[in-house]
Order: sequence, then C-alpha cells, then structure tokens
Amino acid sequence: NYKRYLYQRVFLERLSYWAFVSAAQTLRPIKPPASHYLVFLFNSVSLSPEYSLSTSSPHRSPPSHSHRKMPDVQSMVLEFVNKLRKRKIEGSQATARCTVELLRSVISHHRVPHANQASALIDAVKAVGAQLVAANPVELAVGNVVRRVLHIIREEDLSLATAAVAGLDLLDASDDDEDVNGKGIGYPGMSAAVVAAAARSTLRPPSLQTLLEGTPESATVPYTSSSGADSESKTADKSSITRKLKHDVIEGVNQLIHEIAGCHEQIAEQAVEHIHQNEVILTLGSSRTVLEFLCAAKEKKRSFRVFVAEGAPRYQGHLLAKELVARGLQTTVITDSAVFAMISRVNMVIIGAHAVMANGGVIGPVGVNMAALAAKKHAVPFVVLAGSHKLCPLYPHNPEVLLNELRSPSELLDFGEFSDCLDFGTGSGSPLLQVVNPTFDYVPPSLVSLFITDTGGHNPSYMYRLIADYYSADDLVM
Amino acid sequence: MDPRRGPLAVPKVRRVGFFTSIEPSPETPRPNRSLSGPAEAITSSSPLSDSPSGQFISPVQIPPSRHHSDNLASRAAPVPVPGPSAFRRQLANDRTLHVGSYNPVDSLLGTSPPSSNGEVSEDSGSLFGFQRSDSAKLSASFPNGGFDMTVAVRAPGESEAKVATASTSDGRKKNVEASGESESVATKPRKEKETRSLKEKTSKAERRAIQEAQRAAKAAAKGEGSKRAGESSRPKPSKPAKQPQPKKEAPQVTSSVSEKRAVSVEKERRMDVPQTQMQYDDKSRVDKAKRRSVVEQTESKNKVELFLHLPQYERGNQLPNLSSNIFTLDTIHHAVYKVGLQHLAGDIAGDNARCIAMLHAFQEAINDYTTPPMKDLTMDLTAKINGYVSFLIECRPLSMSMGNAIRFLKNQIRKLPVDLSEPEAKASLCSEIGRFIDEKILLADKVIVQHAVTKIRDGEVLLTYGFSCVVEMILLYAHEIGRKFRVVIVDSRPNLEGQKLLRRLVTRGLDCTYTHINAVSYIMGEVTRVFLGASSIFSNGTLYSKVGTACVAMVANAFSVPVIVCCEAYKFHERVLLDSICSNELGDPDAIANVPLRNNKKHSKTMDNNKNLQFLNLMYDSTPAEYISMIVTDYGMIPPTSIPVIVREYRREDLLL
Repeated sequence: NYKRYLYQRVFLERLSYWAFVSAAQTLRPIKPPASHYLVFLFNSVSLSPEYSLSTSSPHRSPPSHSHRKMPDVQSMVLEFVNKLRKRKIEGSQATARCTVELLRSVISHHRVPHANQASALIDAVKAVGAQLVAANPVELAVGNVVRRVLHIIREEDLSLATAAVAGLDLLDASDDDEDVNGKGIGYPGMSAAVVAAAARSTLRPPSLQTLLEGTPESATVPYTSSSGADSESKTADKSSITRKLKHDVIEGVNQLIHEIAGCHEQIAEQAVEHIHQNEVILTLGSSRTVLEFLCAAKEKKRSFRVFVAEGAPRYQGHLLAKELVARGLQTTVITDSAVFAMISRVNMVIIGAHAVMANGGVIGPVGVNMAALAAKKHAVPFVVLAGSHKLCPLYPHNPEVLLNELRSPSELLDFGEFSDCLDFGTGSGSPLLQVVNPTFDYVPPSLVSLFITDTGGHNPSYMYRLIADYYSADDLVM
Repeated sequence: MDPRRGPLAVPKVRRVGFFTSIEPSPETPRPNRSLSGPAEAITSSSPLSDSPSGQFISPVQIPPSRHHSDNLASRAAPVPVPGPSAFRRQLANDRTLHVGSYNPVDSLLGTSPPSSNGEVSEDSGSLFGFQRSDSAKLSASFPNGGFDMTVAVRAPGESEAKVATASTSDGRKKNVEASGESESVATKPRKEKETRSLKEKTSKAERRAIQEAQRAAKAAAKGEGSKRAGESSRPKPSKPAKQPQPKKEAPQVTSSVSEKRAVSVEKERRMDVPQTQMQYDDKSRVDKAKRRSVVEQTESKNKVELFLHLPQYERGNQLPNLSSNIFTLDTIHHAVYKVGLQHLAGDIAGDNARCIAMLHAFQEAINDYTTPPMKDLTMDLTAKINGYVSFLIECRPLSMSMGNAIRFLKNQIRKLPVDLSEPEAKASLCSEIGRFIDEKILLADKVIVQHAVTKIRDGEVLLTYGFSCVVEMILLYAHEIGRKFRVVIVDSRPNLEGQKLLRRLVTRGLDCTYTHINAVSYIMGEVTRVFLGASSIFSNGTLYSKVGTACVAMVANAFSVPVIVCCEAYKFHERVLLDSICSNELGDPDAIANVPLRNNKKHSKTMDNNKNLQFLNLMYDSTPAEYISMIVTDYGMIPPTSIPVIVREYRREDLLL
C-alpha cells in the first residue's frame, strides 16, 4: 500500500512538474499547442501547486553564496540547470559526467578562506548540488555525483588532518625522544586513538557534536591535539594545507571523472565470466553499458544471440539493436509484449539500470519490471549493470526520491486522431481520456539476481554496504 | 455439493446423467438455483440422488462448485448457472422455439402437453431405456441443446412435477432396463407419433437425429465384432438399416454396446484430433505443400532461427497478384477467395470475425456447389473444403477457433445422410453453419456478457489488453446498466488495437485510461480487475491469446489482481501447450521494423539486408493457467482447470452431432 501511495505521490508530483515543463515548451513553435497536453492531463494537477513552485524556486532566486563565485561559473551552473530541467541531457552517464565536470570548475573557482576550507568547499558544492538535483529530481545520478564529490572533499580533508596528526606525532616523538620511558606512552597512544576515530568517522554516522556545531569533526582535530607546539610552524603548515586540500580535492574529482568515463570498460571486462557460448540474452532499453558488455563478450569470440525488446514508445531498443548489429552481434528485435513469450528460451536477462537504490532495488527503463517478473517466473538470471555513479544512497521509500516521470501522451496517441473523442466544452468534469506514459520502472531487489558494477558482481543485499563506501553519511540529506 | 460431485467419477453414473438431459431437466427452469440447491432437493427426494439432476448439471456445475472452493475471493454470491437459465428464458422470448428444433427429444417433450405424473414418469422411464441403448456419448450430446435451450421453453410449474419424475424414473430405470421391454415398446409408438407430428417443424432436428442414428449404427457395427449382442434385442435389427428415420433410430443402440462404443468413440476421437500442425522446418512437407499452393509465397530472407518451424514469408507482395486473378481462378470459390485475401491483408482482425467470415464464405461456397457427375457429395465436398482450408492457411495460418469450426463443418458433411438429395444436403449444411455462428459465437457472447457483468462492481478499475470484442461488449453493457467504473486500456505495438477499443469506449462515455504494455506494472497498482479476451484455451488451462496477454496476466498476478478471461466455448481446444514457441504465428516483421523515430528512416533501409538483424513479430503467446483466476464462458464461470471437462463433455458433442 505504501508503495502504491508512493507511486501515486510521485506520479502527481511528476505530473505537476510536467505540466510546468510542457507549458514552458509551448513557447517554442515546434511543439504542439498547449491544449494538447493539458487536455490529456490527469485532472489532479491542481492538487500540488506548491510542489511546482518549490521545484522552480531555486532557479528563480539564486542562492546567496553565489556572489563569491566567478560569474562564468554561475552562468555555467544556470545553463546546466536549464539543460537538466528541459531534459536535454539523456542517460545517467552523460549527466553524471557533466555534473562532475561542473562541480570541478565550481571547486577550482571557489576562493577558499583560510579557516575551515573544507566546510566552505562543502557548502559551495552543496548549494550548487541542491540546484542541480532540484532541476531534475528523477535523474538520481546528479545527486549521487554531488554526494561523491562531497565525500571526496571530506576524505581529502581527513587524510590531510591525519597527515598533520602523524606529523605532530613525529614531532612529538622526536621531541620526547629522551624520556621514552616516562611520558612516551601517553602521546602516541592518544594520537593513535585520534587517528582511529578520524578513520572511523568516514563510515560512522555523524556524531552529535558535528551535527550541533555544523563543523566537520576532522577539521577540529589539529587544534585539539596540538599540545603546545610552536605556533609559527603551525601557520606555515596551515597555508600549505590550504593549497593542498583544494589540489587534492580536484585530483579526487578528476579521478571520479575518470572512473565515470571508464566504468563501461570496467564492467565490460567481466562480460566473459557471465556470457557463454550459444547463449540467448534478452535486454531492453538502450544502455551503453549493456552495449559495451555484450560487445566485450563478442570480442572474446563468444557467439551468442541477443533479443532486444524495442521499448515502446521511445523505441530505444531499436537504437541498441542497430548498434549491436553494427558490431556484428546476432540481434533480434521483439515487441515488448513478446517478452514473456520469449523468456522461456532466454538464458539471461541483462539490463542497464537508471539507478540502483540502497536496498538493491533498481530503477530502469519502463518495462523492466515486467521482464524481471517473467525472468523470475522462468528462473532466468536477471542481471543489472550499473556504473558506480548509479548507486544511490537513498532508499526507494524515501520521499525525496522521485521514482518516475511521465512523458508526453503524444508518444502514445496521436492527438489529432482522438480530438473528436474529447469533450473540450466543459472544463469542469474530469476528462474521459487519460494517457499514462511513464519513463521508469522499479524492480524490487527480490527480482534481481546479480549486480555487476565496476567493482565486480554483487548481490542485491550487499548494495547498501557497497554504497556506504562511496558516500559519507553526512551528505545523505542535501 | 458433495453428493453431486462424488458420483461424478463413476462412469456408470455419468451415463445416467446424460439421460436426464433428455429428460426435461427438472431443475433447469428454476431461476435461481443456488449451488447447493439441486443437490439438497434430490437427496431429500430419493436416495438415488446421484442422478438426474446432479448429473444433468454436472458438466456445467462442477466447475463452478469447484471454483467456489477455489480461492477467488472476489467471487460474489451469484452462481453461474442461474444467469444463463434466466437469460435463456429471456432470449427464448425473442427467438422462441427454434430452440427446440435443435434437439428432437427436447422439442418433443417440451411441446407435448404436460401429461399426468405417472405417464410422464413412465415415458421418461422408457426414454431412459431407449437412451440407455444409446451410447453415453451420444446422449450426452443433448445436454448442450437441452440444457441451454430447453430451459427456456419449459414452464417453471412443470418442473416440480418433473423433479418427482426424475427421481422416480431414476429409480425405475434399473428395472426398466432389465424388464421394461414391453413398456418401452408401448411408449415407442406414442413417441413416434408425437415426433412425427412435429416433423414439419423439426426438419432440422430430424436430420440431426438421422445423423445421430447413422453414427450410432456405424459405431454399433464396429462394436458388433465383439459380440455384445445386448440385453435388448430391439435395437439390433435397425442397426444395419441406416435409415433416415429419426424416431426409430435415435434411441437404438443398446446400453450393452456402450462400452464398446466408448472404445470406438475413442478411436474416432483420435481421428478427430487435428493432425499436428505443419512444421515448416520439415523440408519435404513444405515442398509438397508448395507445389499445391495458390498463393505464391517468397520465403523471407532473414528468418528467425528459433521459429523455423513456423511459416516465415515475405509480406505484402502477393496481394496485388492474387486480387488480379480472382476471376480466373476456378479451384477456389470466389467468396472463400475473398475472405482469404482479407485475411492476408489483415482486413479482418479478431478471431470471431475471422471465423464468422470464413463460415459465411463456406456457406456461400456450399450454396453454389454442385456435385460433379459420378461423385459422392460427401467425399467431393470434403475435398473441396479441404482445398479451401489449405488456401486459407496459405493466406494466414488459421486460428484455433477456425480450426474448430472447420472440424465442425467437416463432421457435418460426414454425417450427412446418404439419401439426402443434393439441395437438401446443402440446405442442411448451410443451416448448420448458420446455427453454429448464431449459437456458438453470437449467443455465446451474449451469455458471457451476462455472466461477466456480475463481476463488475461500482468504483472498480478494470484493465483490459488489446481489443477483444467480448470484453468490449461487457464493458459497454456494464456501462449501460449503470455501473460506475473506470477502464484502463493497455495496448501494444504493432497493431495498436487498443486504440480502436479506446475510441469506441470513449465515444460511449466511458472513463478511460490509455497506456502501453511496458507501463502495465506502473498502472496495475490501481487496477482491481483484469478482463482479457482469448484466441483459444487449451485443455491444460493455458490461455492462447494475443501476444502480451501473458505479460499482463503475470503482472496482475504479481499485484494480486484477479484475471478474468472471457472466451466462447467453441474456442476451447483439446491440445496442450506449455510455451509460446512451439505453436505460434508470425506477423509481418516490417511492422516492427517501421518505427516512428525521427532519424530512423534511412537507417532502417540499410539495415534491412543485414543478416544479423531480425525482427520478430509474434502474434500470440500462452499464459500459464496459474495466472488466470476465472474463465467466463457460455457454460458459466469456471476455473482454468475445468477446461478439459468442458472440452470433453460439450465440445465434442457439438462437433459430432
């Protein structure tokens, strides 16, 4: 029931948002007239007007911190927000890469204060991230990447801090070299504890102190642990740390970009372990990851055939089929309705996820749920490929997560053909004809056999732990 | 319920049951027979309750009762049978009593004035005696007509008397069999007379009886080898006669023969089972078929390997060619030819429509048929029909229901009495075809609508997939009688039949939601009931229907939404099927390839020749029985497990009668 409620809620929210978008789109001459959309709409749009307001508010009133940034960064952010809002960027990988590149430039252009640089950076990234997420809440990859960047900042900060502590320890150790027997036990013991605590803080939920003070625990470490060391060396140390932090963070972000770009290869490398000779593989939707995965197996001289469900009404399956054929794979395009009929002859279902939730549930192209159910019924392995940027630290029952998005009814029905069925006269009654055209489907973890990410294969039940490695618990709520 | 169900298993009792069908079926007229009703009534009336009434309804009632115990929680109180009986009555008002004419005995009893209790019971007793001599199978043929049709004819008042009759006669029949020679002989003339008086009216029935007699005689002849002379000697003499005298012949085969007959019926049944479908990966047979073929098919270049056993031809290129030589071709009747072309072009969609079109064409062809000199009508006409059928198959593989209809027609031809003049025979065949269409398709649909509408309550959200004319009738009827509900129409490429349904429903003012099959799990959460049409239902309960039906049923099952399948009983088939691969039909692959993508046009052309890319357009899929909550058919509402029962008890008789 709760799930249903969620779906409905999500649906309503998407709808209102969509109404907003479509109204915006009508300004452009290419699109059909506004009445086209509005007539088809569910009559419940009016239920959540405040949502559409809140959706658009970050865009209308830029956050206060933005004056600190260079103007070109701000315009870049706005441009990207607009792209997201208009759904110009398709596919989570492209979105993720754009997002992380944008964040990199945000970080590099951000003027870091001397004190508390880490938290300043985090604030800046969070502010931009909130805008991006609000622009397209369905594209979970944006949020994921923002959280990853935040996590990188925290990690770098922490490692600098531990390095500083280690330096202090060294200092202390050299200082107190003579009386090892005396108090030598005290200092190293204490600093080790601090380091251990700092190391643990990455996995541990935020402590009460950090929540109350709003300052990262690690940032305070150097000051608390400094036991009367000389101050001039401290300041020199700090300025080098400042520069080093930003540098390290950018380094880390670059690594993330690299990782996102290379996740296909990482995943594809594992293809040979999973695809064998003469297998029949079913896939649906158009996923670059799946394409690379299948082609990698093909390159390893495995011959197998692929069934591709066409994925109406967007027909992305046709695109995928074309690419597969271009790479020399034996491909058969089937209708979506034939998925159940064919599944009895299929050895494995491989799909690319749109997002993987923390409970192991998958958000994928519409129709995936059906395929997963059919696969379960016929005991066919249902394998989900997901780059690490698709791992989302949220749970699907989380109200923040918008599970779905409704697309234009014109993809399903030709408005011209059905205009005579509709009663335009009364605006009061609910329209007789409603068209539902969702974009995504949710597959519960129980239907998934295996996740293949760039770090290897995992069970759905393990995903929460994998996800905990990538994100800091402080950032779950943005 | 139990007393009724228990004895069912015993074959001997079954036989008794079939008689009752001829016997005016005491309970049927009762407008609202509850499930337990009849059983109680009978148990109280006589200890021999195993019988008439219980048996009479058995085939119809078993399923419901079983179903009842089944888990369809949503089943409301209504019991399947009252629907039809009430409905039949109402129907009978319009189409008064042609009803009786389907069935000689029915009309006889139905129209004869209600005699005194004793008399009737004697009569029926003797009837039992007669019928006993008939094989179980044969007499079983009546229930169909008897049950459905006679109900309406008979006045309710009469029924009370008949209940008594039934039970007493039942008690009697044991004796009758042994000693009732004289009794039955005595009644025979009377009956004969009565029937004769009806002769003009019941010419059709008569013919039916004739056929029956012949069949019986044939069977008996077969059985003779085993020297089962039979307890009663009376039937014997007439066996070889093979006369067109229905009144005498109908009741003729002795009960003693019945076991033997069962064997022969088995044989016949085996014969009746359609040959396995042609496997197109069998080179020699395909070549052979090709030589005979009218339609020139070019095999498609890019075949899907998994479906080599199905015909994969290029589409669309043979149509102009064919339509041009419609007047030059003399082997195929033009009406059949036209229907074939329509099938080929896809102008007629929907199983019922295709079947009716084909039958009408056959009717026309039979009307225009003249037996060539020195040839036998039966043989020659069968050959002709075979030719037509193979032509139709070339145009488009037959659906299961069409196969059933063709079997029916061939059986009719085979059962034609030899001494019938050609015009008479033709008229008989045509009227039989007409009857088949009326009764098995049109009337059946009405009954299904009546049944199914009881499952629609206010405020429900009904989901349907594709376009099924029965489902459309149900929805429109429910709307007409004022039910408030919403319809979700799920559609799929490439035919998009759902749009047709959507248009029809919306113009009639129904509240509709339209979506595509991928979104079915999105929308299923709000659905309370799923109504599906069927192309055929196999005897293992597998639903064979438009591709995608299985997906919808599966998702509904996952969401615990009841799935109700609406299917006329003539579509039931005794084959079994486990997957959608072994038996299927392939549509035009180009329909899949042509996608309304903006930048797709030029690309797809270059891709056409690529050996690696295939497009598979499956037409059907099979839904496992476990996804189906209930099947609404003209015999009532039954679980999928009862399909073989219906096939066994009813379908066969319809075909053979």
